[in-house]
Amino acid sequence: MGDERTLIAAASGAARLWVGAAILGALVAASLVAPLIAPHDPLDQNLLNTLLPPFWRGGADPAFPLGTDSLGRDVLSRLIYGSRVALIVALVAASLAALLGTLLGLVAGFFGGALDNAISRLVEIWMSFPPVLLSIVLVAVIGAGLDAVILAIVIVDWTRFCRVVRAEVLVQKAQDYVASARIIGLSRASTLTGEIIPNILPLLIVLLSLEMGIAVIVETILSFVGLSVASDTPTWGGLIAEGRLYINQAWWLMALPMSCVVIVVLGFNALGDGLRTLLDPIMRQ
Amino acid sequence: MNDTLRPMTALLEIRDLWAAPVRQRGHALLRGVALAVAPGEVHGIVVESGAGKSLLGRAVLGVLPSGIRIAKGAITLDGEDLLAASPRRRRALLGRFLAMVPQDPMTALNPVRRIAAQMTDHLRLHLRLDRRQALAVAEALLAAVHIREARRVLAQYPFELSGGMRQRVLIAMAFACRPRLVVADEPTTALDVTVQRQILRLIRELQREAGTAILFITHDLGVVAKICDRVTVLHAGRVLEEAATPALFAAPRHPYTAALMRATPRYDRPGEALEPVPAALAEQLRAEAEALDHVLA
Repeated sequence: MGDERTLIAAASGAARLWVGAAILGALVAASLVAPLIAPHDPLDQNLLNTLLPPFWRGGADPAFPLGTDSLGRDVLSRLIYGSRVALIVALVAASLAALLGTLLGLVAGFFGGALDNAISRLVEIWMSFPPVLLSIVLVAVIGAGLDAVILAIVIVDWTRFCRVVRAEVLVQKAQDYVASARIIGLSRASTLTGEIIPNILPLLIVLLSLEMGIAVIVETILSFVGLSVASDTPTWGGLIAEGRLYINQAWWLMALPMSCVVIVVLGFNALGDGLRTLLDPIMRQ
Repeated sequence: MNDTLRPMTALLEIRDLWAAPVRQRGHALLRGVALAVAPGEVHGIVVESGAGKSLLGRAVLGVLPSGIRIAKGAITLDGEDLLAASPRRRRALLGRFLAMVPQDPMTALNPVRRIAAQMTDHLRLHLRLDRRQALAVAEALLAAVHIREARRVLAQYPFELSGGMRQRVLIAMAFACRPRLVVADEPTTALDVTVQRQILRLIRELQREAGTAILFITHDLGVVAKICDRVTVLHAGRVLEEAATPALFAAPRHPYTAALMRATPRYDRPGEALEPVPAALAEQLRAEAEALDHVLA
């Protein structure tokens, strides 16, 4: 019976993995070939065709499958171009946050003592700030722009990695095989790289994919309040902000970019879950 | 300790070893332990479970749990003071001249690394072999512990192997560099009985062939009878008795040893009534031992 349950878990894990990978594949493809697949220039205004409805509603223009915004710009093209910013932020910001947090977490967990104390207290203080507020303040101070958004996400979110990695290093350090590695004469450094890091890697990969989803949300929030990239670059957050003004006439202007965010974040989470099932040695067993 | 005939050339010598928790002053865990292990000798340490059984072995290996320190005493291997050895020297000794067979083979191997990687680490470090040579040696080592299809096992992960197989791998690793001394900390308790006997026989075989001395820590007198040349009986961190195995079983001198024997089931005498070690005796011995602790205060 246990076997059966493991099998089902593994199967649904695999399904999630594929769903997540498919969504992300679509995201990557869309942002790579945006100029090729977008039917219009996302900045092209057409004041004769403003607020056209999407294809499933009466009065739609087949040239604008998802309708147009208040300035007559093609919504589909803007969504496709918006995926570029989302993807860059997700990849770069999450990876940098992972790098910083993991390094500090490894140091804290492995060396312990005063160093661990200092890092852990820092993390606690850091986490007591409301994260969205902190990133808005940071971007306001650093100045708007893509690199500022990435920096803000890294500065806010490294603590997630640091805490989890530190805890996991402590767990690993107490394992018999780490003691055994010491007993066969491996140095502390090679126990860290040879025994501990390979064991926290699955966890790290999962965390990273979840963090990418979070980075997409934070970028959406920052561009919603106008603190992300320059306003002539379409972003999902920016689209939501613009659509908000027309919620009574054209609710889809807001709903469409929101759906994009939701689907992408779900995709990252599904990928993370699927990877967890796939990489967990106990589940694999 | 002078009542037994010991060769002067001991390989491992422990003199008046006291270990105590760092935070609890005046309470000892090892109380003046003294013993000597000759080269090539299998020396049993009989300790009851839950009495810091692994402590002595870990003290010899220099990997005491944090919070416990050596308060007093000396441990020498081939005349070299282990307690004074630098971390670098200790690392050079560990795995090379001084090795360990762990208690629980299920947790002593890294779950995410293949057997080949875990075995070759150690060969490359100490014997300066390259990857290819180390793999060849690892394969030969697995063959020496009677693992068929050694090549296939090398490519497997620990979870794909049974407990007995894992213990064989760990034994192969312990004996890989032909160490002078192996600390075996209850290497068979986590295994089922049929596998236990095979593992004991295997340890004995490798030990004879490599001329390695073994410090064999156990709570099981049956195991001692099978494998050990000499035995030291420890209770409450104190040495009660030390003798050659046949002498010990023929005529235990300490009442605790005698009581322990009456409490151990024997295959050759099924149906024999067992008596637990009398609580009063254990209590009295513990009180005696604790009375010694003022040395530390």
